[in-house]
Amino acid sequence: MISSEHEIARSRNSAVGHAEGSGLRVVRRRAYGRWFADAVLVLIVLGLIWTSATNPNFQWDVVFQYLTHQMILGGLVTTLQLTVLTMVIASVIGVVLALMIISDDPWLRGVAEAYKWLFRGTPLLVQLIFWFNISALYPEISLSIPGVGELFSFSGNSITPFMAALLGLSLHESAYMAEIVRGGVMAVGHGQGEAAKAMGMKPMQTFGRIVLPQALRVIVPATGNQVILMLKTTSLVSVIALPELLYSAQAIYSRTFEIIPLLIVASCWYLAVCSILGVGQYYLERRLGRGHKSKR
Amino acid sequence: MTNQTVIATHPMVEARNIQKSFGTVEVLKGIDMVVDRGEVVCLIGPSGSGKSTFLRCINHLETINAGMMSVDGEPVGYEKRGNLLYELRESQAAARRAQIGMVFQHFNLFEHKTALKNVMEGPVVVRRMRRSRAKELAMAQLEKVGLAHKADAYPSELSGGQQQRVAIARALAMEPKLLLFDEPTSALDPELVGEVLETMRALAREGMTMVVVTHEMSFARDVADRVVFMDGGVVVESGPSRDVIGNPQNARTREFLGNVL
Repeated sequence: MISSEHEIARSRNSAVGHAEGSGLRVVRRRAYGRWFADAVLVLIVLGLIWTSATNPNFQWDVVFQYLTHQMILGGLVTTLQLTVLTMVIASVIGVVLALMIISDDPWLRGVAEAYKWLFRGTPLLVQLIFWFNISALYPEISLSIPGVGELFSFSGNSITPFMAALLGLSLHESAYMAEIVRGGVMAVGHGQGEAAKAMGMKPMQTFGRIVLPQALRVIVPATGNQVILMLKTTSLVSVIALPELLYSAQAIYSRTFEIIPLLIVASCWYLAVCSILGVGQYYLERRLGRGHKSKR
Repeated sequence: MTNQTVIATHPMVEARNIQKSFGTVEVLKGIDMVVDRGEVVCLIGPSGSGKSTFLRCINHLETINAGMMSVDGEPVGYEKRGNLLYELRESQAAARRAQIGMVFQHFNLFEHKTALKNVMEGPVVVRRMRRSRAKELAMAQLEKVGLAHKADAYPSELSGGQQQRVAIARALAMEPKLLLFDEPTSALDPELVGEVLETMRALAREGMTMVVVTHEMSFARDVADRVVFMDGGVVVESGPSRDVIGNPQNARTREFLGNVL
């Protein structure tokens, strides 16, 4: 088998080869259409490289100058913080929502479904601006229990862009995470939870030790996509003047009018982080695939 | 001393008029059954006769609609105080289940854990045993089912018969007073059935109380003390295994055995 595969590979390279043992020559078909398409694509790519290298308006010197500018790096850190915190909070809320949706209690299920309906059904941009302006609705936010007193309170005016951004992104993302977690839990065979239950494990032990770890195999790839999506979605919070990566770039080009170079700077960083995240996702998925080696 | 004598007189399983419906479908129509300590009882009957459902009522995986199920003198899923039965909370029900082992048709081994970790899980999480001790216990149980050399294999790397033997070891690691088997060999390739049945035979010889739903008539005849034939949600015939299988009295039993033997 190996030798014949080898033969085919060789004959494909030389376009003409011998069919093993038969003494007859094989003439490979010529893929004229594919050669033509390849040639067109190569021309297009070369053209793009040529124009971006020679068009002075790209201002590559400006790009390199600002790539490691203090404001850009500061914006990058804020973007990363926002991405990580949002995904952590959204994942926790998502797990809780998923448990509510799976539960037998119609009230828990109803509230979770309503939450999903609200936060998935309105634009994130609207939600971000809404939270930033929450003081117009509730100038003073406090929680107090009769007889115990006030637990906490803060002024709606004191809500910072970062808090508004975190709130908006997390609540919105959690609605999507709920669906991802639920899908993962559904993918774990019913028998797994039943075996744990029959063994005498309590519901939370069963979920935490048996169901969720196996659900992660399905949850992680989808969540990886969400993280990559979220990294770029954080650029939306530039509308509430939070100096993340895009806003920092905007802040610079509003002074220097070097719009395109600074957008390239921001894009370079988004691409770099996404590439790293992709590699990390690959290794995480490999680790979570334990016990499924032979089923691939 | 008198107290102990009283406890010892309880049968291991006592079912009185068990009724169970799924929606409008009546699956169990008043089952009476007693399983004594050390007894092996096989439940046989056609598909849909309610035998698996009845088995699952014994460890409260299913809730009964009417009747009274007791394991070792305690009502299943309830606590008796005076004349009232208080429904147990999930955590309390879990503690009761921990004393009853169960082996499933599709093994249901935890697929993200090795054979050893599967067997250790119950002792560590439910019985709160130290890891080192749990590991010793688990290895001993794997040894017993002849799979100590597969301790580090994941379920997907084991054959069906090996998976089921690990599942038996996992149930045994809880040191249960009662073992329930739900068609333990039905999902196995024919040539793997023997190794699982041999493991179960060994358990029966050791005096383990077992309730086995099975289609293996030779196993039922040779190993069971009693055989219960169920059909349509009722017990049609029951008695010593050789009598029920060798010389059935009821026409329906004769027909069923005629089809499967």
